[in-house]
Amino acid sequence: MTTDVFILMKFELIIAIVIFILLFVKVGSDGWSNKKTLNVINILLLINFIAGFFMNDDGTLFGDMFRTNDLISLEKNILNLGTLIISAQAYSWLKNHKHVLEFYMLLLSTLLGMFLMISAGNFLMFYLGLELSTIPLAAICNFDLEKRQSSEAAMKLIISSAFSSGLLLFGISLVYGTTGTLSFSELSPLLNGSELQLFAFVLLLAGFAFKISVVPFHLWTADVYEGSPVAVTSYLSVISKGAFLFVFVSVLYNVFKPIADTWYNMLFLLSVLTMIIGNLFAIRQNNLKRFLAFSSITQMGFILVGISGSSQMGPASVIYFLLIYIFSNLGAFGVIAFVSAITGKETMDDYKGFYKTNPFLTWVLTISLFSLAGIPPTAGFFGKFFLIMAGAGKGNYMLISIAALNMIISLYYYLKVVKAMFMDANDQPIEKLSIDTLPKLAMLICVAGIIVVGFVPAIYDYIYSLSLTF
Amino acid sequence: MNDIPLTHILFVSTALFFIGMYGLFTRRNMITMLMSIELMLNSVNINFVAFNKYLYPNQLNGIFFTIFIITIAAAEAVVAIAIIINLYRSHHSIDVEDAGEMKW
Repeated sequence: MTTDVFILMKFELIIAIVIFILLFVKVGSDGWSNKKTLNVINILLLINFIAGFFMNDDGTLFGDMFRTNDLISLEKNILNLGTLIISAQAYSWLKNHKHVLEFYMLLLSTLLGMFLMISAGNFLMFYLGLELSTIPLAAICNFDLEKRQSSEAAMKLIISSAFSSGLLLFGISLVYGTTGTLSFSELSPLLNGSELQLFAFVLLLAGFAFKISVVPFHLWTADVYEGSPVAVTSYLSVISKGAFLFVFVSVLYNVFKPIADTWYNMLFLLSVLTMIIGNLFAIRQNNLKRFLAFSSITQMGFILVGISGSSQMGPASVIYFLLIYIFSNLGAFGVIAFVSAITGKETMDDYKGFYKTNPFLTWVLTISLFSLAGIPPTAGFFGKFFLIMAGAGKGNYMLISIAALNMIISLYYYLKVVKAMFMDANDQPIEKLSIDTLPKLAMLICVAGIIVVGFVPAIYDYIYSLSLTF
Repeated sequence: MNDIPLTHILFVSTALFFIGMYGLFTRRNMITMLMSIELMLNSVNINFVAFNKYLYPNQLNGIFFTIFIITIAAAEAVVAIAIIINLYRSHHSIDVEDAGEMKW
């Protein structure tokens, strides 16, 4: 039993140990330079990532409160990889920052919360993990303390996330009232689709939709993304959303399976709205962070198409797409974060003529945007292909054709950025920037990931084989 | 003790929840908005305790959940107020309309 705890909770324990190490470093060391601290932290995160591949086991702990299996371990590995890449990309921003250690303590606390949330087998555990992952996130949104926009973004995030967890909790309380249990496995057979349970499900869905910013609940997204420091923005858009999507899929497919016909219609409506409105708002953006915020809303719409298929392909295609989404979004955010950290320029006009001065960064951004748009041979094409295939399983071809049309619309604004960088002339382009080793390495990993994940079919097969035990 | 039926208590808690939601949408002072959110969370607490007491008296799931909600609401309020204080330093106001630089 005691060794079980160490093996099954390996991911959580390692993160907790890293947080404590950082705390001791903070207390004990006055003399460490930022560069040394950052190198130590990145090595710790690398060890954390590598350790995720060994000694994984299935099992449950604490009376079904905590569960883990191969698929959950894979999800945690994906999140670990994303955090490592973000940490490497944040190097240029953090090397001149006063509070490096605090940043990482808050960041890793949210990661710990997401791990607990993914592994939750009970609504209580799920709620605790969710709050552990959102409250510190609001604090790091405010990390540029003296910037007006940063505190505005943090205020918007904390109020909307508190509101959404209020909705979620009211839903959970009604589910508890109708079934008398909070455990996922005991709950599922007791759901019979009564009106009160449907109301509870709508509230739960609204809470989740806030977290993954699906359209009627997306209003906080763009403001928070624009105001936060770019490293936090990429964390929000990739890791936080990824973790919530994992949980969303698992709750829909495992717990609310008995009322699958009802939630199919809701997801249909939400995904159509999300794709169309996300696209229309993305077209008119000039700030690249806002632009990527709306583009990520659109991507969530495509993911909902995949989820709504409610077939075996659903979870597999969502996880596969998220893996690709991490690489392509982090590639794009990496370049923007780097340019913003050095020059402070974030708008599309500033990027005109970017290719003449910084060809390497331009190519990284271009490949990432191609992957986000879903142009072959980048992996984004295969990711979207599998999502749409999973969505087509239900035979609702209207949804599929709306998704396909939206992909074409999205091409327009992704290519607009590419055109600005390659073709438009500019009197004062961004000057030539020299890139630190770590961010450069992170960008290369992203580009390699975008190309390799699409061309190695074994990855999708592996995820699909794991999702059979979902 | 069963003089008050469960439906009465559920009516109070649901009313409290939607009063909280209404307050959040209409009030423009950030501290008041935070208070509205606390109202919503407390209505959930009433729900849990009532369900536990009336429908499932032989278990403690609902009571435990309530204790955790109270604790987390306190933590949430701490971070939110810290953020609001920081916002007050730069904006010299805690009206949400004044913190509207980013739109659309």
